[in-house]
Amino acid sequence: MELCDRSACDLVGMLKKREISSREITESVFKRIDEKEDTINAYITTTRETALKQADLADKKFRNGKRTSLLNGIPIAIKDILCTQGIRTTCGSNILTNFIPTYTATAVKKVLQAGAVLIGKTNMDEFAMGSSTENSAFGPTRNPVNIEHVPGGSSGGSAAAVSGGETILAIGTDTGGSIRLPSAYCGVAGIKPTYGRVSRYGLIAYASSLDQIGALGRTTEDCAMLLNVICGHDSLDSTSAQVKKPDFRRFLNKGIKGLKVGLPREYFVEGIDTRVEDQIMKAVKVLGKNGADIVDISLPHTKYAISAYYLIATAEASSNLARYDGVKYGFRSNQDIPDSVRMYEETRSEGFGKEVKRRIMLGTYALSAGYYDAYYLKAQKARALIKDDFDKAFEKVDCMITPVSPCLPFKLGEKMADPLQMYLVDIYTVSLNLTGLPGMSVNCGTVDGLPVGLQIIGKAFDEEMVLRVGNTYEKIVEEDV
Amino acid sequence: MDYDIIICFETHVELKTETKLFCDCPVKYEAPPNSQICPVCTGQPGALPVLNKKAVEYAIRAGLALNCTINRESRFARKNYFYPDLPKGYQISQFEKPFCEDGYLEITGDDGKPYVVGIKRIHLEEDAGKLVHSSGSLEASEYSLVDYNRSSVPLLEIVADHERNPLRSVKEARIYLDKLKQIMKYIEISDCMLEKGQFRCDVNISIRPKGSKNLGNRAEIKNMASFKFITEALEYEIKRQSELIESGRRVSQETRLFDEEKKITRPMRSKEDAPDYRYFPDPDLIEVEIDREFLQGIEDSVPELPDQKLDHLIKNFGIPRHDAIILMKEKKISDFFEKCALHCNDRRKLSHWITKDLFKLLNDSSLTIDECPIRPKDFSQLINLADRGDITDSIGRTVLYEMFRTGKNPETIIEAKGLKPIQDVDLLDKILDEVIGENPDAVSNIKQGITKPIDFLVGQVMKKTRGKAPAKKVRELVHKKLLKGPTQS
Ligand SMILES: [Zn+2]
Repeated sequence: MELCDRSACDLVGMLKKREISSREITESVFKRIDEKEDTINAYITTTRETALKQADLADKKFRNGKRTSLLNGIPIAIKDILCTQGIRTTCGSNILTNFIPTYTATAVKKVLQAGAVLIGKTNMDEFAMGSSTENSAFGPTRNPVNIEHVPGGSSGGSAAAVSGGETILAIGTDTGGSIRLPSAYCGVAGIKPTYGRVSRYGLIAYASSLDQIGALGRTTEDCAMLLNVICGHDSLDSTSAQVKKPDFRRFLNKGIKGLKVGLPREYFVEGIDTRVEDQIMKAVKVLGKNGADIVDISLPHTKYAISAYYLIATAEASSNLARYDGVKYGFRSNQDIPDSVRMYEETRSEGFGKEVKRRIMLGTYALSAGYYDAYYLKAQKARALIKDDFDKAFEKVDCMITPVSPCLPFKLGEKMADPLQMYLVDIYTVSLNLTGLPGMSVNCGTVDGLPVGLQIIGKAFDEEMVLRVGNTYEKIVEEDV
Repeated sequence: MDYDIIICFETHVELKTETKLFCDCPVKYEAPPNSQICPVCTGQPGALPVLNKKAVEYAIRAGLALNCTINRESRFARKNYFYPDLPKGYQISQFEKPFCEDGYLEITGDDGKPYVVGIKRIHLEEDAGKLVHSSGSLEASEYSLVDYNRSSVPLLEIVADHERNPLRSVKEARIYLDKLKQIMKYIEISDCMLEKGQFRCDVNISIRPKGSKNLGNRAEIKNMASFKFITEALEYEIKRQSELIESGRRVSQETRLFDEEKKITRPMRSKEDAPDYRYFPDPDLIEVEIDREFLQGIEDSVPELPDQKLDHLIKNFGIPRHDAIILMKEKKISDFFEKCALHCNDRRKLSHWITKDLFKLLNDSSLTIDECPIRPKDFSQLINLADRGDITDSIGRTVLYEMFRTGKNPETIIEAKGLKPIQDVDLLDKILDEVIGENPDAVSNIKQGITKPIDFLVGQVMKKTRGKAPAKKVRELVHKKLLKGPTQS
């Protein structure tokens, strides 16, 4: 096995024993990038030169016998939605094609301080709006498992990079499923922590009340290791939670004996691909056989989740994206326009892609006088009801199991003509953004060679439970193989 | 036709916090353009606002001073609109749940009676940047420059109530503004310098035939930063609207701008074109909870307000009302008075000397009370000297002038300038005899019982002694010599 295909935990052990160097891992990753990137297009920007310097610095720390973070010397890819000082940050959009931030996002700062090696900025749906990474101004990303298929979105670049050996770890963001869906489609592990767990400072906002930064890796353990570094209260983000910071790796091996695992019946109804359903039920059986108590539960307002999500997300987006006017930074239309209002119009028309414009318009409409109550406010009421559902269900269970996606990774172009079909891909993931609850995707096998993701949902700030179940499942399956 | 006039202000007061409302950038007015900025106040992608607690404290202080209910839970909202000075494309303001609601401000109405003007709400919001156009306006300019130093500086918006006792005349409007400004300065949340844009108003005005119950359509005049212009604009509007009504036409509900040169208002946009701000709760900021302790702390720290100050000055110091009114106009002046009063017996004399003599000196050299070179302790010593008759008032004024010029204490000046009064009675007697000899007419008048020339004789003695004769003593001597009786003054 090449270094770039190993898990972060393996590499940490090898580095510690000085069997390998960070430079070797980093070079292995870039070798893979050279081989695959033309096809996969996981990155918008790679930072080879600085990466090798960072790797050498990490190696020096090992040589000097300094106490280091586990992440020291481990390659990491960052979704191009997080600001990196001096490195262009595009958000997958033409309108930020030349934007070089003056500051670094808190989460990125933390991994760099821990000594991780920044490989590059990964491709994504423009402003994280999409479920396939096809809505990128820098071309679509392909799924390394099967390049005819999409990697899922919007953190498709991050998931594809992990899956294809183009990085070891990756940071993504999740507004409606954007970490979990691509993790499922690319067959890697990915966690969206509780809203407020990771600082959003420096995350270019799509929908501020839903956006959350999370971790992607080859295994649940890798995710836990990365989450340990990026989480924690940040005085620069008012919505960042003041909760204690556990060691997420501590209970990974505690097992699942006696755990009550809920199966929300509303998630297994019409619309789900039966092949996906079968795969999930197989996983449920595995958990049951290993001591988990499977409980039937109900989340009755699930049917409103998608509508509520697309109203709230687009409403917030319409406001968040108002700042891109081509004046202070980013792209400006180079048409010779004498008046400022038309300059703004041209800049935004040329700068934003189709899906982004669609969502800005939807959101503007939802907030407009006379429609606010019927759309935005009603969506907020639905959100409260959905949250209520989860609160009640969690009185009975420790965690829940659902599919991540109702369908298998689809082919490039398959759903581009039908936005509504594309929106429905998020049907099982958006509820966690509306409620702020943590959830992760772990791989539970393949159908026709295409990965299926198992979603594990936990109580607020109980990522430990989510990771523990994910890790236990992975280990059982590994042993069976 | 006679009209009811309905005037209502929305006033923006810039708060003098050390840092901006949502970031740590300093609030500095004199700094070079774009030197007080960061990713937050320039709306860089990914930057997030963090609320300045001091600004909340100031907002609540204003609410308490204006008798408002303080909401224990409050929220910020985004006001979405597009303008080049607004870096995020929205302004963080408040919509539902402002910090303060349902207050009032008491003024003296045109009828001389107290009138309680309704305050609907007070909320906190961020200011925009400042545009500098290459010529006149944005539209007419080849280019415009934006300075973000002011972006996100905290602004308090005080919205008066249309329905609950609105202002009824231009005169009342002026009194309201003066008093509002005075209170904001009293509670030390803003310097309210109009020329620096720290106190700006939008004003609504409508008129209706007297006795009519229907509210007329109102005109809103935006962004006025001079009380004189506000008065002129309101007077123009009353004339314009009454002419429309009298010629049978309708006043349209619209926003207008005041032309400062022509002294007229012009339409800016009609009600139909009013922007839809698409307010919604700002998801980047959590609900603000005002706990009991925080509120109590602010309640305890609200300084005495102008009306209370007036009572206090009259009752505790026994000074005349007209002096008290002058002293309480600015808190810093009444503070100076109170500091002097601590060491001073004759407070009436003190207030008189401050409001007359000291004010004149300050005015003549364009200084504010802050910059006054005389220490309160020295000022009160001077008053005490005059009060005890150690120096005459006229010498006192000379000393005051010197104190103002040099900052020295009165005794040093009196000593150095040889201004000590003549205490030698024989010497005074001799000088008075000279004066009597020189003014036989006055003397004979006095002897016939006409007392008026006594002052004249005293004055002559003063003249000969260059003011160093104690007037009281000289008067006594005149009485003794010419009337053979005790002083009757
Ligand atoms: Zn700032």
